[in-house]
Amino acid sequence: MPSMTMIQALNSAMDVMLERDPNVLVFGEDVGYFGGVFRCTAGLQKKYGINRVFDTPIAEGGIVGAAVGMGAYGLRPVVEIQFADYIYPAMDQLTSEAARLRYRSGGEFSAPITVRSPCGGGIYGGQTHSQSPEALFAHVCGLKTVMPSNPYDAKGLLIAAIEDDDPVVFFEPKRLYNGPFDGHHDRPVKPWAGHPLGEVPEGYYRIPLGQAAILRPGSAVTVLCYGTMVHVALAAVEESGVDAEVIDLRTLVPLDLETIENSVRKTGRCVVVHEATRTGGFGAELSAQVQEACFDYLEAPIERLTGWDTPYPLAHEWHYFPGPARVGAALKRALEY
Amino acid sequence: MTSSAAGGRGATAEGELRPLRFHVPEPKCRPGSSPDLSSIELPTQVLPRPAIDTPRERLHEYAYGLIRVLGDDHRASGDWAPSLDADQLRQGLRSMLLTRLFDQRMLRAQRTGKTSFYMQCTGEEAIAVAQAMALEPNDMCFPSYRQQGLLVARGWSLVDMMCQVYNNSADRMKGRQLPVMYSAKEAGFFSISGNLGTQAIQAVGWAMASAYKGDTRLAATWVGDGTTAEADFHYALTFAAVYRVPVLLNVVNNQWAISSFQGIAGGEATTFAARAIGYGLPGLRVDGNDFLAVYAATRWAIARARAGHGATVLELYTYRAAAHSSSDDPSGYRPDGEAACWPLGDPVERLKQHLIALGEWSEERHAALTEELTEEVKVAGKEAESHGTLGRQTPDPRTMFDDVFKDLPAHLLRQRDQLGN
Ligand SMILES: Cc1ncc(C[n+]2csc(CCOP(=O)(O)OP(=O)(O)O)c2C)c(N)n1
Ligand SMILES: [Mg+2]
Repeated sequence: MPSMTMIQALNSAMDVMLERDPNVLVFGEDVGYFGGVFRCTAGLQKKYGINRVFDTPIAEGGIVGAAVGMGAYGLRPVVEIQFADYIYPAMDQLTSEAARLRYRSGGEFSAPITVRSPCGGGIYGGQTHSQSPEALFAHVCGLKTVMPSNPYDAKGLLIAAIEDDDPVVFFEPKRLYNGPFDGHHDRPVKPWAGHPLGEVPEGYYRIPLGQAAILRPGSAVTVLCYGTMVHVALAAVEESGVDAEVIDLRTLVPLDLETIENSVRKTGRCVVVHEATRTGGFGAELSAQVQEACFDYLEAPIERLTGWDTPYPLAHEWHYFPGPARVGAALKRALEY
Repeated sequence: MTSSAAGGRGATAEGELRPLRFHVPEPKCRPGSSPDLSSIELPTQVLPRPAIDTPRERLHEYAYGLIRVLGDDHRASGDWAPSLDADQLRQGLRSMLLTRLFDQRMLRAQRTGKTSFYMQCTGEEAIAVAQAMALEPNDMCFPSYRQQGLLVARGWSLVDMMCQVYNNSADRMKGRQLPVMYSAKEAGFFSISGNLGTQAIQAVGWAMASAYKGDTRLAATWVGDGTTAEADFHYALTFAAVYRVPVLLNVVNNQWAISSFQGIAGGEATTFAARAIGYGLPGLRVDGNDFLAVYAATRWAIARARAGHGATVLELYTYRAAAHSSSDDPSGYRPDGEAACWPLGDPVERLKQHLIALGEWSEERHAALTEELTEEVKVAGKEAESHGTLGRQTPDPRTMFDDVFKDLPAHLLRQRDQLGN
């Protein structure tokens, strides 16, 4: 099986879908000729033509609004928002339009669109190239929210997202594009090559939305995480020697509560980790759901380990980023309660 | 792209309905071909300087023309030629050159790991510098990330700018912002946003506030050609027109928005200056590499705003000679050497040649100035580096929690304690 970076895996997913379905179009800022500032769409314009893969004006609301219109016609547009930090101009088209079109038209119209966007920090991008706004979208009923943590999942989930009949916001942790970053920023960069989840089939396959993955089985504590934090959590678990069960949610909405519930009932303890800010973050939702479903099984308060409630500060990137040391301490607190 | 059968049912008076199409603009040249900008038509018609109270509907041709003062003979001509004396011209040249040398040093700093990121304005120096000189020192600027020349021309401390680029212990933004996202209230320079275009409508609001207070300070804003597609730019035009706001709305058309040529922003169909017409504003297209033309057109727009005739859109026609940023490599999307083919030349070179033609400058003096400014930048660089560079001598991490709100609320105090130190 070929080894792919997450960028190549995403490219392959779009390639497969452009090939299979003439209703798939790919567009966004710098996406066409150049192939995207992260090169996720490299080569696709050349292969499928300028009317299927193209550059757009710098107008995120325009990009998503046009996608909604195309979706209403029956196409399956896959659009790129260059950075998640720049998705806000499209907020109205996503929350008021894409998310509710099916509902308000009684099922007459829908917006089967996929909005891809790189998110997360760790690249010295400062407050406008580092955000993780997933909770804002998870809060909107009618949107599905996805965040893969590795090349294999990225491809399978993106194909599932493109085939999904509802709008999907698909966040790509940019720090994982080229390797499984575990938060040890002072160590040499690890590539995807040689990583089992960097092995990606060339052709079509899908990973259904709404299914979490247990990346490490364990009995002492359940760790709920997604995106870059999956690798940080795995590193923290290994370094602390805790027998934790690490669950990669992969899809936030719809949420795989069953896998979560089964795990927490077994371990009796739960730590939630995300890079996004804390207040109103998706960790709050997870914490509430775990508490509702597993109250009788919990032996410790649910720990939430998150980014601080500040914008992402450039010089203090590594004080902000919830690295393995902080995750390890949270595991300890949960165990020693 | 073909239409489906929907709506294509049979004949009409015009005959069979044809499958529909849409069009994706493409630039003339891409990497691999030799640069060719010969398709750029430079309007030759000389547009006289109109009275500042000329009704906007009589100014339409200015949106499609090109205001120029400096000719190929390096002489100033026409009634746009501003009355700047040789000292002022030399001042302009100095600021442009200083901006360029500053950029060069900071790009090198990025290449050697002293900062994470940098953006140059190479080839566009005349815009910020001439406009800073045309504005009053306390008029308020709402720039994009490519108008560092405003700060340089206003005499702002290079050390202060560098400390921001280095995110070091003397950075007034406390290491938070991406390099070049300056803020300098004292210099009338608004905090730069990473989110494109947001500043345009904010400038309009600032100017409305100034007018509300009976103040005399104007506001000016700058967006790139690519950024004109953002809604905020259109909010700015609408509000500025509706309320006849004393504001300058500048579009820096440097032909590129990262890898997208200006056609993707709508420049194939019309000019960016012509955007103004539909909103009921005057729009002027100006040779952005002609220091004198930029200065003159800006003075005209300022006079018009001060006289109560409201906003003007200036399209400053130029070329982004360098990469978009230190993260970008233009050889992936435009032919090498395209900048050298730019038909409107280089702004520093043109002003230099103009001064030489006037007998007010020489190659020797230019070389001496270059040496002097290089030294000035170097000295500033050394001082800034003494306060730290990327990852060395950063501000106290606990300051991360400051300025989220005016006062630190309880939850942030708690988080700051958890951070430790
Ligand atoms: C809202 C938003 N969308 C996208 C970006 C990413 N981005 C940064 S600069 C840029 C190109 C801007 O081009 P232009 O307006 O022509 O200005 P120039 O860089 O040429 O000065 C893009 C797409 C952003 N910063 N903000
Ligand atoms: Mg531009």
